[in-house]
Amino acid sequence: MIPFEYVRARDAAGAVAAVAEHPRAAFLAGGTNLVDNMKLGIEAPERIVDVTGLSLDTVDVLPGGGLRIGAGVRNADLAAHPEVRRTYPLLSKALLSGASGQLRNLATTGGNLLQRTRCPYYRHAEMPCNKREPGTGCSALGGVSRDRAVLGASENCVATHPSDMATAMCALDAEAVVQGTDGERRVPVEGLHRLPGDEPHRDTVLEPADLITAVELPPAPEGALSDYYKARERASFAFALASVAVEAVFDGGTVASTRIAFGGVAHKPWRARRAEEALIGHAPTEEAVRAAAAAELAEARPLEGDEFKTRIAAGALTTVFGRLAGRAGEGREDR
Amino acid sequence: MEADVTLTVDGERRTLRTDTRTTLLDALREHLGVIAPKKGCDHGQCGSCTVLLDGRRATSCLTFAVANDGADVRTADGLADDGELHPVQQAFIDNDAFQCGYCTPGQVCSAVGVLEEAEAGWPSAVTADPADTPRLDEAEIRERMSGNLCRCGAYAGIVAAVRGAAEGDAR
Repeated sequence: MIPFEYVRARDAAGAVAAVAEHPRAAFLAGGTNLVDNMKLGIEAPERIVDVTGLSLDTVDVLPGGGLRIGAGVRNADLAAHPEVRRTYPLLSKALLSGASGQLRNLATTGGNLLQRTRCPYYRHAEMPCNKREPGTGCSALGGVSRDRAVLGASENCVATHPSDMATAMCALDAEAVVQGTDGERRVPVEGLHRLPGDEPHRDTVLEPADLITAVELPPAPEGALSDYYKARERASFAFALASVAVEAVFDGGTVASTRIAFGGVAHKPWRARRAEEALIGHAPTEEAVRAAAAAELAEARPLEGDEFKTRIAAGALTTVFGRLAGRAGEGREDR
Repeated sequence: MEADVTLTVDGERRTLRTDTRTTLLDALREHLGVIAPKKGCDHGQCGSCTVLLDGRRATSCLTFAVANDGADVRTADGLADDGELHPVQQAFIDNDAFQCGYCTPGQVCSAVGVLEEAEAGWPSAVTADPADTPRLDEAEIRERMSGNLCRCGAYAGIVAAVRGAAEGDAR
C-alpha cells in the first residue's frame, strides 16, 4: 500500500472540494471495500477523504411518504430500521443477505452503492483487467469464475455489480442525491451504474469528486408486497450467483403493478422492465412468470459454463412470485 | 504520513503515533500490544479480528486506525468483569466451543454483538419476515455468526455456546 494523506471532511462541500483538487483522491466511508482493495494493491489513492463525520447517518420519513436514507447510514442500521422492515421489506432482506454482521456494521449506504466488482481477475493485481488497467484485456473472458455477467456485458468486461442493496433500490425506483463540484443533483439508482461498453473502468455515471449524500425511496404503492431472493454457493456470507428483487401489487388474481430487478447478472443492477410489462394485468401463474423471465432474459449471452446463471435468475423470479402470490391469496382469504 | 490516534482500549485510554496506513487491528496488535484480536485473512472474510467498536462488532482489519481516533474498542481481553468471565466466554468454555482457539477472541466478540443485536430486535437473513422480532434459534445463530470462520470446525459447540449465553440472558 502506498502512503496516503488522511483528511477528515467537516461538510459535504468540503469533502467534494478535497477530492476534486487532488488527482488521486478517494472518499472513505465504512472502508470495507476500499481498504480491502488498497491491501490488494488494486486501488491506490494518495489522499483519503473520510466522510463518516458528515452527519449523513439518519433515516427520515419524507413529508409526502417515502424515505430519505443518509449516505452514511450503516447497512446494519438500515436493514433494522422499523420503517424499512415494515414498508420496504425487500430492501431489508437484500441488505441482510449481503456480507456478514461485522461488515454490515461498518459498511454504509453510499459505499455499498459504489463498491467495486468482486470479479477475481479484477481483484488479482497481476492479471490483465480492463477495469483495473484499461487496455490490458479481460482475463475473465477465458477464465474460470462464477460471477461473470450474462446480460449487457461487452468484449472488454464481463464483471458484475455485487450489491444486493443496489438491486433492491433499483427495483424501488430509488434516487441517489449527489453533491458535485457544481452543486446537488439527483441520479436514479437505475441509471447510476453503467454497462461496461468500451469504458469498463467506469462503474457509474459519477465523476470522481461526486459524493452521494443520500438515497431517497418513493412511497411504496398501497398494498405492495415485496421480497428479495438470492441464490449463492453457500448459505450465508457469499455474493449472488443471481438474485431478484420484486415488489408487486395484486388485484384479485392478477398483477396490478410490479417492479423487478435482477442482481449478480450484469455490470449494474438489471431493471427487468420487459418482465414487468409481461406480467402486469396477468395472473402470476408459474407459466406466466417463466414467460416473463424468458422475455427479459432473451438477450442474455452467457459465456460457456455460465448458462446456469440465466436459469437461476428465471427460477428466482418464479420462486418470488410464487411466494408473493401466495401471500396475496392469504390476504384475500383473511378478508 | 503519520497521525496521532487516541483510542480507549478495554477501558484504558491509549495514544499512539502511527502511519495512516495502519489498520485498527495492526494498531492494537503491533503498536499497543493488545493481541486478543487475531489476524487471519486480513480481508474481512474470517472474522478473527472482530472487536466491539463503539459497542458494535466490527472487523478491525478493514478500518484504518486514524479513522477511529477517539473510538472505544473492546476486545475479548476486556470482556471479563473484575476477573469474572463474560457470560459468552463462560458459555464457550462450558460448550467446548473451540479447539485451537485462534478464532475464539473474534468469535466471542461477534457473539456478544449477536446477543445485543437480537436484544435490539434486529432481523437476519433467515428471519421469515423482516418485520418479525426473531428468537435466537440454531438457524438464526448460524446465520448471524457466518462472518466468523473456525478452521477446527468447532461450529456445533459455538452454536451451543451462543445459544446457552442467549438463554442465560433470557433468564
